[in-house]
Amino acid sequence: MAEAIYPRILHARLRGQLSYRASFLLDCLAQAVAQGGEVVVILVLFNRVTALGGFSVDEVLLVYALASTAFGLSDLFAGQLNALPAYIREGTFDVLLLRPLGTLPQVMVSDLPLKRIGRVFTGLVVLGYALPHNDVVWTPWSVGLLVVTPVAGSVIFSGIWVVACSVCFWLVDGQELANTVTYGSNTFTSYPISVYSGWLRRLMAFVVPGAFVAYYPALALLDKPDPLGGPGWLGWVGPVVAVLVAGLAGLVWKTAVRHYRGTGS
Amino acid sequence: MVAGTATNVVFGLLRVAVLLAALGSTASGRIAGYDVAATVTYVWLGQGLLAFVVLWGDSALANRIRSGDVVVDLYRPWDLQTALLAEDLGRAAYCAVTRLVPPVVVGALLFPFRWPAPERWPVFVVSAVLAVLVSFGMRFLVNASTFWLLDNRGVVALHGVGTGILCGLNVPLDFFPEWARFALWFTPMPAIMQSPIDVFIGHGSLWLVVGHQVFWAAALFGVGKVVLARAVRKVVVQGG
Amino acid sequence: MIEVRDLRREFRISEKAGFLRRAHRTVAAVDGVSFDVAAGEAVGYVGPNGAGKSTTIKMLTGILVPTSGTVRVSGVDPSRQRKELARRIGVVFGQRSQLWWDLPLADSFELLKAIYRVSGPDFAKRLAECADLLELGPFLTTPVRQLSLGQRMRGEVTAALLHAPDLLVLDEPTIGLDLESKERLREFLAELNTRRGTTLLLTTHDLDDIQRLCPRLVVIDHGTVLADGPLADLSAEVSPERVLVVDLDVAVEPLADLPGVVSVRTELGGRRQHLAFRRDVTTAAALIAAVAARAEVHDLSVVEPEIDDVVRTLYARRHADRSVGNVGVPHDSR
Repeated sequence: MAEAIYPRILHARLRGQLSYRASFLLDCLAQAVAQGGEVVVILVLFNRVTALGGFSVDEVLLVYALASTAFGLSDLFAGQLNALPAYIREGTFDVLLLRPLGTLPQVMVSDLPLKRIGRVFTGLVVLGYALPHNDVVWTPWSVGLLVVTPVAGSVIFSGIWVVACSVCFWLVDGQELANTVTYGSNTFTSYPISVYSGWLRRLMAFVVPGAFVAYYPALALLDKPDPLGGPGWLGWVGPVVAVLVAGLAGLVWKTAVRHYRGTGS
Repeated sequence: MVAGTATNVVFGLLRVAVLLAALGSTASGRIAGYDVAATVTYVWLGQGLLAFVVLWGDSALANRIRSGDVVVDLYRPWDLQTALLAEDLGRAAYCAVTRLVPPVVVGALLFPFRWPAPERWPVFVVSAVLAVLVSFGMRFLVNASTFWLLDNRGVVALHGVGTGILCGLNVPLDFFPEWARFALWFTPMPAIMQSPIDVFIGHGSLWLVVGHQVFWAAALFGVGKVVLARAVRKVVVQGG
Repeated sequence: MIEVRDLRREFRISEKAGFLRRAHRTVAAVDGVSFDVAAGEAVGYVGPNGAGKSTTIKMLTGILVPTSGTVRVSGVDPSRQRKELARRIGVVFGQRSQLWWDLPLADSFELLKAIYRVSGPDFAKRLAECADLLELGPFLTTPVRQLSLGQRMRGEVTAALLHAPDLLVLDEPTIGLDLESKERLREFLAELNTRRGTTLLLTTHDLDDIQRLCPRLVVIDHGTVLADGPLADLSAEVSPERVLVVDLDVAVEPLADLPGVVSVRTELGGRRQHLAFRRDVTTAAALIAAVAARAEVHDLSVVEPEIDDVVRTLYARRHADRSVGNVGVPHDSR
């Protein structure tokens, strides 16, 4: 019964949108193309070079596809957190506090702009191209990894989103800073982390655990040694990282809401 | 302003990393005339120009058309298009200090940077202003489409995607294949961003680049004028 | 139903103090408020803008956590048991909606049914009742964004009642409504309170709401309770004078010497007299008899002080006697 509430809210949200079919399709397309912008960059670069950070074009596309699918999935739900500043400003967040449900899931399902499916679509299309063009050895394990990776990745992205957007409870214009982290992670994870160096890589790959979204799982699928010397098992721990990130995100959100209600600072 | 610059800096760092990795995997260490310094300069100047020319997110006029407030604007004793342009130039002048300079300074401090020769500075200023004019011309047309399409999100999305990829924000247009570069110079896209960058780092023929910008700035302003005149007739006839 | 003790809520306000420097100061929006509301009461919580009304309401409904003091609402601590409280009370904010903007009203109700886990038969019964009394029928299938404010408020009230709360908290429920919608809503709420025994707590700027709905009033200003008591007592305390207006058959001298009469204003050359009298000295009946002994009374009426005068006087007195302390006597309902 309790589980049925959120699907029902989502279902009701969906019905509203499908009434504007034409603009819905255009929106969908725009999202797909927006997410696909990076593909153009990758193809243009490989028009001039043969490898990027030790990866071929098809390998980079695989990393990109896994990251994009994961980001698209997280955008479906966590993307709604971008509305948080408006909810706080307009008092909608107070209304969510009046209901006998958690605030985070309520925000996440408060709207479901289906157009964001467009981003997932781009990821899946590129995945459909990249998989047959790489030497992936198909075993039950690799199939499992391929299915789990976008899901774990989307949980990681969602966690990043929650943590970043929690800033909005403290800062009035925290949204743009949050976008830097969320959309920055989207761009970061689209390339092998061997492309980056120094503190930028340490920060975005491990502090913000972007490396576990697509890079390590892609290495495992390709059965390719990490040019940076990381052990092979890193490709399989995505779900564990996802669980840790989700737990941390939950804690941060709780602290943020506590601050909003006034027991914080 | 701080948050916006932070975004520019983070994306600047990511872009520089990807492009330098590409340079690093070539034998010569350069692509299409871009060495490390030129690439770095390209990225940081682009991050600064992004807010200066306003690539996306200008919907003020569209909102006023949708709400009907535009009627008030049309009956004022001014030319709406020129008034909006003046406003946009004022905004750009402010943005030059708050949004254009900071990413460039960050890039110049952290990376090998290429400053233009002294005699190129005035040309760069002209080219940057022309970039605003071209960007304004396109944004004006996108917004004005609301006169005919109440839901112009499709147009807005196309404009956003087109400028994002084709004006030279994410990857230098010189990296594109020959045929694509050739085709792009028949569009106003390079004039919004790649042109002032080319002037700054000394790529291409100065006069050709600026001439292309002048042409598109004038052409888009002219088309905008015609479109607005038609829109006014429509508003007058249909009462908004 | 509601127990509030020494409730205090501070806000930190930061102000620009030069370039990049900010000064912080603490302001108490609610500063030591105590009151009780018994089950079945209908209480008006009034005060000028910025008095601390909304802050109190937010603490009562679990949105804000008090800085100090205790609150118990419907047997739970709102700040700690937010979800439990949400099942027990209903809240209506006049200026923010809890309905889904682009869904038909009926769909919003269906969602709330799921959220509050209301059983099918209960839901059908309550919705039918509200729909009947509030005449929701004609717009149940209209998307909320297309409803008029009056229609929407009727929807909001229904939405807050679907889980049959014991307490209904209303924050400015009639703000912006036209007269007819206001009257319809008041009638419904009065019925809810008297027939159902649902406890009501409402903030309002509209004194008609109070006159119509709230036998008891808690007046708050600058975060403290100015007065608490039945409307009639408050009027008596603040302006102990009532006015007897008599129309006489023939003009007489001003009847200033009658017992209890404080002042007299005459009209129509003395044929109509407004006799202000102290109700602690005499009664209207006694005074009428005394008047009748002097002259033939053609018509008469007793004028009660206007409620806005009462509240205004309370504020004024409080400000005048700030150094002395509370003038309005906080009413102890224990």
